[in-house]
Amino acid sequence: MKRSSLFIAQLLFTLLVCAFMLVPVLMSLVAGLTRNYFQGVSSGLTFDWIAQVWQAYSPTVWLSLQLAVACAVCVCVIGVPAAYALVRMNNRFSRAFEELMVLPVAMPGLASALALLLTYGQFGSFRSSWLFILVGHVLFTLPFLVRPVMAVMQRQHLPTLEEAAASLGAGPLRRFFSVVVPNCRAGILAGVLMVVTLSLGEFNLTWMLHTPMTKTLPVGLADSYASARLEVASAYTLIFLLMIVPLLVALQAISARLSRGEQR
Amino acid sequence: MSSTVLKAHNVAAGGLLKRRLRPTAAWALAPAAAVLAAFWLLPLAHLIVLGGQQRDGAGSGYWQVLSSPQYLGSLAQTCVLAAVVTLAALLVGGITGVFLARQRFFGRTTLVALLTFPLAFPGVVVGFLVILLAGRQGLFAMLGLKLAGERWVFAYSLAGLFLGYLYFSIPRVILTIMAACESLDRSLEEAAHSLGAGHWRVVCDVIIPGLAPALVSCGAICFATSMGAFGTAFTLGTQLNVTPVAIYNVFTNYANFTVAAALSVVLGALTWAVLLLARRMVKQSRTVL
Amino acid sequence: MTGTTLRLIGCRKAFSDGTVAVHDLNLTIEAGETLAILGPSGCGKTTTLRMIAGLERPDVGQVLFGDHDVTRLPIERRDVGMVFQNYALFPNLTVEGNIAYGLKVRGMSVAERNKRCAELLELVGLQEHAKRGIHELSGGQRQRVALARALAPRPKVLLLDEPLAALDAQLRERLRSELDQLLRSLGITSVFVTHDQGEAMALGDRILVMQQGRIAQLGTPREIYQQPANPFVAGFVGNLNAFSVAGRTVNGLKVSGGELPWAEASEPSTVYCRPEHLRVVTREGHLHGRLLGQFFQGAQSRLLIEVGAAQPLLVDSADSVIHAPGDLIALAIEPQALFALHP
Repeated sequence: MKRSSLFIAQLLFTLLVCAFMLVPVLMSLVAGLTRNYFQGVSSGLTFDWIAQVWQAYSPTVWLSLQLAVACAVCVCVIGVPAAYALVRMNNRFSRAFEELMVLPVAMPGLASALALLLTYGQFGSFRSSWLFILVGHVLFTLPFLVRPVMAVMQRQHLPTLEEAAASLGAGPLRRFFSVVVPNCRAGILAGVLMVVTLSLGEFNLTWMLHTPMTKTLPVGLADSYASARLEVASAYTLIFLLMIVPLLVALQAISARLSRGEQR
Repeated sequence: MSSTVLKAHNVAAGGLLKRRLRPTAAWALAPAAAVLAAFWLLPLAHLIVLGGQQRDGAGSGYWQVLSSPQYLGSLAQTCVLAAVVTLAALLVGGITGVFLARQRFFGRTTLVALLTFPLAFPGVVVGFLVILLAGRQGLFAMLGLKLAGERWVFAYSLAGLFLGYLYFSIPRVILTIMAACESLDRSLEEAAHSLGAGHWRVVCDVIIPGLAPALVSCGAICFATSMGAFGTAFTLGTQLNVTPVAIYNVFTNYANFTVAAALSVVLGALTWAVLLLARRMVKQSRTVL
Repeated sequence: MTGTTLRLIGCRKAFSDGTVAVHDLNLTIEAGETLAILGPSGCGKTTTLRMIAGLERPDVGQVLFGDHDVTRLPIERRDVGMVFQNYALFPNLTVEGNIAYGLKVRGMSVAERNKRCAELLELVGLQEHAKRGIHELSGGQRQRVALARALAPRPKVLLLDEPLAALDAQLRERLRSELDQLLRSLGITSVFVTHDQGEAMALGDRILVMQQGRIAQLGTPREIYQQPANPFVAGFVGNLNAFSVAGRTVNGLKVSGGELPWAEASEPSTVYCRPEHLRVVTREGHLHGRLLGQFFQGAQSRLLIEVGAAQPLLVDSADSVIHAPGDLIALAIEPQALFALHP
């Protein structure tokens, strides 16, 4: 097929945008594996920087993973029932509640963190534990689970399915766990992946909430950007990308499946 | 009469099970409500009150913020920067999004995937990527050295910040525009073409109005994110006079909680106002996070 | 399976916007009976079914299963089986999982559950599909799974909401007779809602015709068809010819197009007959008119005949004679096929 010149122009533009998005990422990959970035790739490739980063910063990786998993669990436990309730109620109150839930995302993270810090900062043991950061992450990620789960619930004709379960003798709790939850698994999965991804990368809140004992991966990254040499910072970024990209791939696969389901 | 009958029927369909299930539904909301109340509403209220407190006879935090040219300038700068980033992101992301949604060609899905990955990159990482592009040892510095004999370094200025904010806004715009494009009625365009409208006329008269709700709500979110983005600015240097950095400096360097709180509240209120305004403008379409 | 008598006493249901869906309904459904609730959309038939099911609670009145007052019991404690309009099968479970759901909820052991499941799969002829997912089934198969699922826990009452509406015409016909046989062999009290009069006639032991939240008529299909209580019922179940009476003769009524035989002493203003009761005759008939059109319908053909009344007459004729438009047609009718209605 012959393409018009407009198509070519748009394609070129898109490729340019793509280059803008990808070139720095590639540069960071190369820098993290190059012996000396000033001299260029000709100085040889090495895993030394990654090893060095791992030595210095591996606790941040573990803490971040721990936080992300805990955050996903917490958000599921409070978010799935909340999504169910919001879909079920669908009145002025539920819409107001949804608004309230999204507010921590709309507000600058720094402001939320400051509010948390000034209110709960004086509780020493809470302040210095990783749970303090967890609270911030849960607040920030909650809507990212509730929204997709609500969308799936609205699509699945859940009320009728629930009526069917009730007609077969299932009480409210049983209906929730045997009909509601299994039928929005895809939404929950998409939400959980998003929550884990965001929690792993959260910085705005975490920077204010962390203590020297509770450094997460992005906090460590910021540290290394400020103080370490470029190769170390790049290697560290590389580790972060290695953690986050598989999650993003899975997320894209699931959202593709979800949108196909929508058309069916 | 037939309309009331119909209405009764519709009500019957959704009717009583919903009402009967409502107490259960309210219970299901309780954990989320408790968490939000304890860790969000209460701290927020505290922050608002704190911002109004007097300190050292300098007036309330809000007064200090609103009467200081430094803070006001920082707020204005942040707003202008966020607005410019939003417009640029809408332009770039809009063109790319429409193109990717409308055309089918080899490698399209890969391109979409690559373009949307950076959506979840945290601000700090984006800041670092900007440094790699336009920092002292960045790509542009090398290019400049080769072409003009001088290093082109603009990462540590507002231009760098603009680049960073643009970086994390573009994927979001592309995603939203692609989704909106898919739900756009193609026959409208065909109708316009059949009436003799040229390509640009169709773009102006059909496509842009059709995408307007998506553009507005997505733009509002880009604006809000840019207003509050702290990570990128933090990585690029704390001497940049944008409000999040100002809050951070006031809080950590001067331990001035009152002004920090007041600044946070003002920044939050501004952001929220823009989101609310956008919501008003597109009443029916729900914002995509 | 034994049936349960089902009674609604003075049940009334209004919605929050004030519209009354069902007005003070009194209804007894005998044990083992199949009742069809028939009516146009919005007549309150679905609300009635949902009140029996326990998905709606009447504002006033009682629902009794046998002697047991279930008005305040939620659906999950009423022991009803329900087939939903779009079947509402659980997409996360297999055919077997769907059928076993109600048994599992009741805490039945795995062995018993499997046995009952196998029984029902056989009953609906889906043995080979036990492990399939719901998305792999055809419409007819889904309908059977929904039925098997509802019957599995041996409910007291079986409720069906437009059970065949989601199927295409041919399949509907076949499943209708299957369903009929099944309900009869089980002897379970069942209530189903439909807007399709053919379905109601074929399946219902009795038919409840509803209009604007009230009972228009309750009776056997034959009664409903042959002695409709009012023009609404008559028009809703089958087609109807209406004749405006212009006056009396010695043993007939004067109408447009001729004279109808009428032995009774009364002189109604309108009399009615069914299209199949008008016969095309070659000799002298009761009515004469010109053919407007003839529509071949397979076993019979439908004729539209202009007699000078507001509406042309409908005639269903079994003979295969082909007439030309404009032909003069003579029609005869037996006196007992004519009836009057009190609006």
